[in-house]
Amino acid sequence: MNNTIGLINGVAHVLPEDPWCLVDDDQPLDSISSPIISFARWQSLREKGDLDQLSCGVLLGPDDDPETVAPGLDTLPLIALEFPSFRDGRAYTQANLLRTRYGYKGDLRATGDVLRDQLGLMRHCGFSSFAVREDKSVLEALKGLFGFDMIYARSVTNPEPLFRRRSAK
Amino acid sequence: MYRYDEYDHALVQARVAQFRDQVARRLSGELSEEEFLPLRLQNGVYLQRHAYMLRVAIPYGTLSANQLRALARIAEEFDRGYGHFTTRQNIQFNWIALERVPDILQLLADQEMHAIQTSGNCVRNITTEAFAGVASDELIDPRPLAEILRQWSTVNPEFLFLPRKFKIAISSSEMDRAAIRAHDVGLYLYRGENGEMLLRVMVGGGLGRTPILNETIREALPWQHLLTYVEAVLRVYNRYGRRDNKYKARIKILVKALGVEAFAQEVEREWEQIRDGVAELTSEEYARVAHEFQAPDYERIDAIDPDFGAWLARNPAFSVWVQNNTRAHKMPGYSSVILSTKPGTSAPPGDVTAEQMRVVADLAEKYGFGEIRVAHEQNLVLPDIRKRDLYALWKALRAQNLATPNIGLLTDVISCPGGDYCSLASTRSLPVAKAIQQRFDNLDFLHDLGELSLNISGCVNACGHHHIGNIGILGVDKNGEEFFQITIGGAQGKESSIGKVIGPAFRAEEVPEAIDRLLSVYLSYREVEERFVDTVRRIGIAPFKEGVYQRETAKVEASA
Repeated sequence: MNNTIGLINGVAHVLPEDPWCLVDDDQPLDSISSPIISFARWQSLREKGDLDQLSCGVLLGPDDDPETVAPGLDTLPLIALEFPSFRDGRAYTQANLLRTRYGYKGDLRATGDVLRDQLGLMRHCGFSSFAVREDKSVLEALKGLFGFDMIYARSVTNPEPLFRRRSAK
Repeated sequence: MYRYDEYDHALVQARVAQFRDQVARRLSGELSEEEFLPLRLQNGVYLQRHAYMLRVAIPYGTLSANQLRALARIAEEFDRGYGHFTTRQNIQFNWIALERVPDILQLLADQEMHAIQTSGNCVRNITTEAFAGVASDELIDPRPLAEILRQWSTVNPEFLFLPRKFKIAISSSEMDRAAIRAHDVGLYLYRGENGEMLLRVMVGGGLGRTPILNETIREALPWQHLLTYVEAVLRVYNRYGRRDNKYKARIKILVKALGVEAFAQEVEREWEQIRDGVAELTSEEYARVAHEFQAPDYERIDAIDPDFGAWLARNPAFSVWVQNNTRAHKMPGYSSVILSTKPGTSAPPGDVTAEQMRVVADLAEKYGFGEIRVAHEQNLVLPDIRKRDLYALWKALRAQNLATPNIGLLTDVISCPGGDYCSLASTRSLPVAKAIQQRFDNLDFLHDLGELSLNISGCVNACGHHHIGNIGILGVDKNGEEFFQITIGGAQGKESSIGKVIGPAFRAEEVPEAIDRLLSVYLSYREVEERFVDTVRRIGIAPFKEGVYQRETAKVEASA
């Protein structure tokens, strides 16, 4: 994907060559090295036992329950969560659950209406790569991951809420 | 009151810089209005009919004298010399230039204030009652938990793009003065048998076009679980709340759709996964925050002050004011004083000028401990006043037109700003408020009527909380003309109820007469000491309906 930012050792970089590419359900998979396929397709391939040979990422829509991918998490290199609009906040919860409840360790990618001013929030919820909206400058968007980032509550990146650290003083 | 530490300071300062950058990017066109909209809303900036409006958070309605002076300065330097206090204990400035908002936020940040999350589809300002910490009927001071919730909800990354706005209120007194049952989450704090702090969690309240009182989903929740429980509620809401229709997106609709039991089960299921762990509150944290709300150094004084008694006997106007505008304090010899922002026709409800703010700040320092509260009813409160100082304070307040003895009476009108300012409003609520205050300006009559709340909303969004006014007035637009629908029997507090519509709507100029007729019915039916709302509950709305519309019909027939 073009216009993608990734966290490398926790630091945000523009990824010069990102292999991942979103693939429609009717598109064949053989010519694509790193396809991101829909949850439905992933599930049917998995049931048929055809998944093992492929290095697929899976795309979850905002209505999909992260629990349903939990059994296959160990082998998934990438999960993409979709922001149909940047005002739709469901993917923040999905990301948080994938990381904290289901222990997902692979790449968690934000796709869709992904904009600079929300990137910091996404990182807090466990996203590790960001497919910035195509018409936006990725270099500008990168600024969204630098600068002040304190929050009070716990998050994926701050597993302890601030009050635990305050009272430890 | 709570003072910021280095973390709190760092957060609000960084937020100013962030929003300054966002405004600059909006002005340069780098950000589209669509992209900028939620950013500005989450910093309290609305676009109104004539200008931008800035809503400043006053967490749980508590201000220091210097904070109030800062608000006065903002009113003077950035607005037209006044501000408007809202039903959610915030203040709004109505005539703001977008370019100057970062400078205002800077002034606020320097005084430990902000406008974060006063709008937008996120957790809004946490509210409680104006007499927290001083009320004689208080069980536990709710402010420490309110502050803990404020911090937790501020920039909580998972919950900034909820399906819709989310309001939380907490109260802990015999009388609920924070309208907690009309909130998305209402928290009632009380003590268990062994003295432990417990919470009743109520979910799914809200006014707007579908007024619903919230329902209890959890009793006796130990306070340590406050944050995890609210987190579970918000997570369920964020996942399953409707996003296809803005009018069906509040949590109340989800609770109704699932049924309160099923909703509660869903929350419990989520909560079981997160309840024990690092997010559980600690006694250290509670103590740290509660320390900031320690009682001031009250003087040990007698409950009865001879000078005060003498002034009461000598000056009937003072005595009436004391009776109406002061409240019992937990310390002997002290009172809490309510400053009415509803002087009648001279100013809209909730509006306070910069000069008034400065005088109130000075008075809070001179006679109190430098603290001011904002009440849900849009009035101001000086929480700690010695009874012996009441007379001098009253005279000073009178000079500022802040001593109208009408607290809790008909003319203590709660009103939204309406179509004069708000671009959502379908009608102008302020002229109606004014006409009512003009018609019923006889204090003896008002006192005879007794406790009676009147709430006006300029549209179905119900910012004036008309559903829970004893008399509620709702502005509706019918083919470009303003009409006002009247409800009666609404109430806030422990016996909250939603008012019932009495019949067809009125034109603006007919409203005072309709109110007058409602009052006549009440006066002819009431039993000794019976409040308006109790009469409505006892006899139902039929006699009121008849009293209001019968003559109306007769008039139409006579003219036919």
